[in-house]
Order: sequence, then C-alpha cells, then structure tokens
Amino acid sequence: MRVYLDNSATTMVTREVIEAMLPYFSEEMGNAQSVHSFGQRAKAAIERARREVAALVNAAPTEIVFLSGGTEADNFAIRGIAEAHRDHGRHIITTKIEHPAVLATCEALERDGFRVTYLPVSSNGLVSVDDVRAAISDETILISVMHANNETGTVQPVEEISAAVREAREGGLKHLHFHTDAVQSVGKISVDVKQLGVDLLSISAHKIHGPKGIGALFIKRGTRLVKLLYGGHHERDRRAGTENVPAIVGFGRAAELARTHLDERMARMRELRDYLEREVMARIGNVKINGDIERRVPNISNLSFEGLDGESLLIALDLKGIAVSTGSACASGSLEPSHVLRALGLSRERIRGSLRFSLSAYTTREEIDYALSALEEVIARLRDMLPADEQEVSQQAVSLEPQI
Amino acid sequence: MYSPQVADHIANPRNVGELDRPSGTGDVINEACMDRIRLTIRVEGNTLIDAKVKAHGCPPTIAAASVLTELIIARSLDEVELLTRKDIVDALGRLPPAKMHSAALAIDALRAAIEDVQR
Repeated sequence: MRVYLDNSATTMVTREVIEAMLPYFSEEMGNAQSVHSFGQRAKAAIERARREVAALVNAAPTEIVFLSGGTEADNFAIRGIAEAHRDHGRHIITTKIEHPAVLATCEALERDGFRVTYLPVSSNGLVSVDDVRAAISDETILISVMHANNETGTVQPVEEISAAVREAREGGLKHLHFHTDAVQSVGKISVDVKQLGVDLLSISAHKIHGPKGIGALFIKRGTRLVKLLYGGHHERDRRAGTENVPAIVGFGRAAELARTHLDERMARMRELRDYLEREVMARIGNVKINGDIERRVPNISNLSFEGLDGESLLIALDLKGIAVSTGSACASGSLEPSHVLRALGLSRERIRGSLRFSLSAYTTREEIDYALSALEEVIARLRDMLPADEQEVSQQAVSLEPQI
Repeated sequence: MYSPQVADHIANPRNVGELDRPSGTGDVINEACMDRIRLTIRVEGNTLIDAKVKAHGCPPTIAAASVLTELIIARSLDEVELLTRKDIVDALGRLPPAKMHSAALAIDALRAAIEDVQR
C-alpha cells in the first residue's frame, strides 16, 4: 500500500482537473494574445478560470494575476510593493515563520537598503497582534504575515492584524500595505480577502489539486506595485509572458472544486486528522503536538516523537510506502533544523523527532489505519535500537492528553 | 537519496541489542548532531566472536551501526583493527557527502570497544 500524507508539499491533480486541461494542450492550443478564434477561445478560458479563482477568495476577477506559483506571488507582492513605495519608507514587517519565498525576498531587500523586522511567535506558533502594532513605524510600507503555516498549520490572526493596519493608515500611514501568503489555507479553510482585509494574497494551484507551475496573486484594486517580469502587456500589464493556458484552466477547475466542496472537505480532513492524532496518542507514548491545537488548518498534524530522529522515522515509513515530512536537521539536504519549530522555541530533541502528516480531501480511513500500524511498528523498531538510557526517555509514561 | 543497502539496514537492522558481560564496550556520541552508537563486543583469543549494537540518529548512523556488526563478527582482531570509515561506506554502497560522519562514528565505536577490551 502507498499512502501519501505529504499534501502540504503538493497534492495530486484530480481527474476532473486533468480533463479540463487536456484540450488546451492540443486542439485549443491558441495563444491568448492572438486575435484569431484560437486565441480568443484561449483567452475566454483564462477569464473563466480567473472568475473561479477570484470566487474562491471572494475577490473581483480583475484583482487576480496569474503567475508561476506561490513563490512568484510572494516575490511579486513583497518586492513589487517595496520598489513602488520605497520613497515613502523602507521598513517591512514579517515573521520568523514565513515560507522561504517570503524570508529570502525580505533578506534580498535588506541588501537593497530596506530594514526588515522579523517578529517572533509564541510557543504555539502564533504571532502577537500587539507585536505587529509595536513594530509599525512611520517608515513601514509593508506587513507580510502568512495565513496558515506550512509546517504546523497554525492559522495566524490575519483579521486582527489587518485591523491594526487600518488604524495605522487612519493615523497617516497611507503607504502601508498588508500581504498574506495563503498558500496553505486556501482550500483548507474559508479564505475571504474582504473579511481578512488584506491588500495582497498569494495562492498556489498545486496545493489544491491543481497543476504545478501556476498560482495567483490577489492585488486589491488601486494597489500600486512594480512588476517583476518585463515583456508584453499580459495580465493587465502586471506579469509579462505567454499565459500557461492549460495550467490556468486546471487551476480554475481546481478552484471551483475547492470552493463548492469546501465544507465537506474540511469536515472530512478534520475528522481523519483528529482520528490520526487520537490513535497516535493512545498507541504510541510520549508524543507531542506542535503548534496551536485549535487555531490550525484541518489537514495538518505536526507531531514530535521525542528521543527519536525524524529523518530515520521518515525513511523507515517511506520503506513501507508512507510519505510524510520532518523538521529534523539533515532531512531534505538542509543541515539546519526547521526555522519554524525553532521559532516556537522547541527543544532540539523535540524538533529532531518531529514529523508532519498532511492529509488531503482524498485521504481515506484505510490509509490512516495503515499509516498508524506502520508507524507503531517503525517506532517500536527504532526505540528498540536506542541505547537503554535513551529508551527510558523515549518511552516515558503514555500520555493520553495532547500536550503542548 | 539513500542507497538500497542503507534502506535495507533501516528496514532490518542487524544484531540489535547489548551483550551481557561483553569483553568491551564502545559508546560514542557525535557532539555536533548528538548521534550515538553503542557497540558491545565479545572477544575470545584473537577473534571477535559476537557483537551487538544500539544507535540513535539519522538513517546513515543507524545503517552504519548495523553494517558494522556484519563487518566484524567472526573476524580476527587483526582484521577488524584495519577497518576504516571507507569500509563502512563501501558496505553501504554510498553515503551522501554530508553524512560521512556516520561512518566515522561507527569506526569510533569500534575503536573504543577494542580499546576497552585491551584495557
């Protein structure tokens, strides 16, 4: 049996999405910029997809720009605002737990003369709105705080931060903008740009059962930002480059499915995720949940098996056909442990023993049951290998209550 | 990412455990990553007749600890003393460059156990 529990990394493209895309590789091959019927049909398909993506986040279609994915959306939002408004201030506020697409863009801007504040998070992974408020200065032009964290699934207080942004604007900071990376929240919980009160919001198609290589940036009407790519006047002159029509069409279909099935998908993922956690707690001792247990997307469970090594767990599970990920050092080529779990202030041992299980709307109860029995077996084997003094640490009293 | 040999040792680690009243024990820790290998050996005359191992760490460390026992059981001390980290890597097929310390740790455990016998 092969069980994929790494849906925060990417998801499978569903059959309906593939079928929607197929004609646009062949008979509907037009370049959307062309005047002839082939071009116009491609253009119409793009605009249909744009309406779907807009509807998913309650935006106007003209506020959606298609681009290559979440990374480009984050780069465009941050650099685009920074360059367009640098004469009004050179201070950016973000957090220590952002995706590398945000952090690395901010670091690049620091080299270009911007000052960046990286806010800490609490031990359950939440940014404090008071910290945001305190960090705002006359020089601040952008705040970028992710909606849901990709490792823990913790949902940040974006609405409350946006209230603070409004206050600051009313106090005279007219050039202050608010961006959120919603790559991990869209399709998992309700995401409404008006309710969230953001100016910019990043979306990725391949996290919601769409294809890779396509995403979108919501840009609230009236927001001025400098573009990243120069060329033709595509995407209302905001992103040059021939539109990736099949991918955009697939994104549109995936967005439609995500919107129309959101409630049932949420309920299903939450039920299975909670079942997974309950069973792990009951069957395997000394497990801790990382991140806020209440404020999180319904598909992510980040657990620490203390005294064990996450990468060894990952490899042993992989040999049984189960795909998960870890925040442990050395995994995925990095020698540094997860910057997110470190920001939570977790001990080195707890970070080392961390595993992230991320479900999708298509995960089944049978898959979770198989994963649970494999996990039990693998953990027993690795604990058996521990030197006796470390076994005691790893097998401390079984805790039935979730611990933070 | 890892060789089939590493995968095999993760799936079926060899000679796991701790010998009762061993001739020598080597318990070593890599302070940088806290990986640990604890090797117990039994020596009769000039022959290493049995070994058991325990390990905590990343997959290469567990695989290196496991394969080490295969390389030393029923071998003469003279042969065993000549083993190097390269023998561990060769027996595992390959290791990523960043994980060579796992092979080194296994050899450190072996040296420490032999020293303990000779003490």
